[in-house]
Amino acid sequence: MTGFIARRLAQSIVVVLLVTVIVFILLHLLPGGPARAQLGPRVTAVAIANFNHEMGYDRSVPVQYWTWLTQLATGNLGFSVKLNQSVLSLIGERLPKTLILTILSTVFALIVAIPLGVVQAVRRNRAADYAITFWAFVFYATPPFFLGVVLIVVFSVYLPILPAEAPQSSSLGVILLQPAGLILPVLTLGLLTIAQFSRYMRSSVIENLAEDYVRTARAKGAGERTVLVRHVLRNSLIPVATLLGLSLPAIFSGALITEAVFNFPGMGDLFWTAAQTQDYPIMLGITVLVGLATVIGSLLADLAYAALDPRVRFA
Amino acid sequence: MTAIPADGDDAALPDSAGARGGLGRALSEFLENRLAVVGLGTVVLFILFCYLGPLVYHTDQTHLELSDATLAPSLAHPLGTNEVGYDQLGRLMVGGQSSLEVGIAAALLATAFGTLWGAVAGYAGGFVDAAMMRVVDALLAVPALFLLLFLSSIARPNVGLLILVIALISWLGPARLVRGEALTLRTRDYVRSVRLMGGGPMRAVLRHIAPNAVGTVVVNATFQVADAILTVAALSFLGLGIPPPAANWGDMLSNGINYTYNGYWWLIYPPGLAIVLVVVAFNLVGDALRDSFDVRLRRR
Repeated sequence: MTGFIARRLAQSIVVVLLVTVIVFILLHLLPGGPARAQLGPRVTAVAIANFNHEMGYDRSVPVQYWTWLTQLATGNLGFSVKLNQSVLSLIGERLPKTLILTILSTVFALIVAIPLGVVQAVRRNRAADYAITFWAFVFYATPPFFLGVVLIVVFSVYLPILPAEAPQSSSLGVILLQPAGLILPVLTLGLLTIAQFSRYMRSSVIENLAEDYVRTARAKGAGERTVLVRHVLRNSLIPVATLLGLSLPAIFSGALITEAVFNFPGMGDLFWTAAQTQDYPIMLGITVLVGLATVIGSLLADLAYAALDPRVRFA
Repeated sequence: MTAIPADGDDAALPDSAGARGGLGRALSEFLENRLAVVGLGTVVLFILFCYLGPLVYHTDQTHLELSDATLAPSLAHPLGTNEVGYDQLGRLMVGGQSSLEVGIAAALLATAFGTLWGAVAGYAGGFVDAAMMRVVDALLAVPALFLLLFLSSIARPNVGLLILVIALISWLGPARLVRGEALTLRTRDYVRSVRLMGGGPMRAVLRHIAPNAVGTVVVNATFQVADAILTVAALSFLGLGIPPPAANWGDMLSNGINYTYNGYWWLIYPPGLAIVLVVVAFNLVGDALRDSFDVRLRRR
């Protein structure tokens, strides 16, 4: 197990470094370089030279990368000249809201998708299975913003029972006090996640139902319910836990769109606004952060997988 | 975005193919899967609608006609008109061409590159493999939409750039899959004998490893088309689609959404449903292809 952890840890560090390289390359792909991105398109050549010297952009690329990396390591994600605020404090304001949205919708998705997948596997190729599969395909194929608008039309226009906009307050407490406004965004993001997770859960349960230990449990006289809950469900959840770690980027992408649809002031909204105003420090800071979160997430998922299933360690 | 996963051992089809060859057997299994035929039929119908439709149903999709703006569906305009007076049905056909072309082109490009990357990594093994796969991991760790937004904010997109950018984030899946295949294929006798007979590594990868991973690749490419169409739509919604007067379903849909509260339903639902139907259809075809290619999933 120690060897496995060490190997995965080393891999993760390499991946994190590569993520920073990718972001660094993006930084240098900007037309006119970072100077023009920060000072605007009509800046004079002298101002660019001054800015480049001041920021160290006239030094060699490896030196620049090292400087940038050490700044990152101390938590300096850069500074948004347009908003006159450090990227870290901007993210600090928005991150909790995005976390509420993503955590609520993922929990909701898991609560629905796990039982759905089990039902589908147990009633394989019968009416219930086909019906759930049909809806999983439809929701998977629906662009999130289309789904959001359809939900708004149904629940805010025809049956005006839910607000069409997420709570706008900048304070986390106030947002949590207005749960009605969170229902549609959470539903939008959640339905998309359910579509994927229920499919994984279904195939995972089907695979496990064919295993020998199921036959053994049945032979020992365990009831169908015990077999499902005590044996099959536990083993089937392992790959789904791994999937959860890997789907972090997809969930964040979904959150970006959902936040845009419901005007939800989270991190995706911050990123989108930054993209429109070409505020690159914000975009790069968020990208590094999400990349880091994903690497850590999949590392934890892998370690949990190895802890739960010895076969992985020795493969 | 990840594709909808495998079905376990779900190919509930009787083995009637008998002693026919692999490809014929796969084809007959595919055709026996009713959902697959429905999916393929839907794709063909949409292709006919988008490419033959404009030959029968003539509309002007370049000149604005503001006096005809946002007309409700009628005999003259079966799906009404949009906010600048373009006929919505005609636009659905033209826009579909662009959506399908971008989706398919991006998927092909991503699949070709990903296959090559994965085949080389898996065949080389060792340090080369580790280095190449860490690059894939790093790109996978960055949310695709974030990367896309970034790239599109650097350069105003045109069709070519859009295809390139989508392919740039979509080749990772095929690369991983093919690498997995290549790892087992390179130990096979026929690959070893190519090397013994003096064939170089290029020959082994291009002529023997890549072609043998074709099942995995084709299945994945089908899902890639579906995902690429969704990605184009997402980019359009975020304001980074192809600029007008060119149209695609994503642009039409995100444009129509601005009129949600005006009750102009014909601007929202037709392009939205078109996207959903085509994406479902491609996913159904992909699912069925996987079942028919994957020998292990066949009922024994």
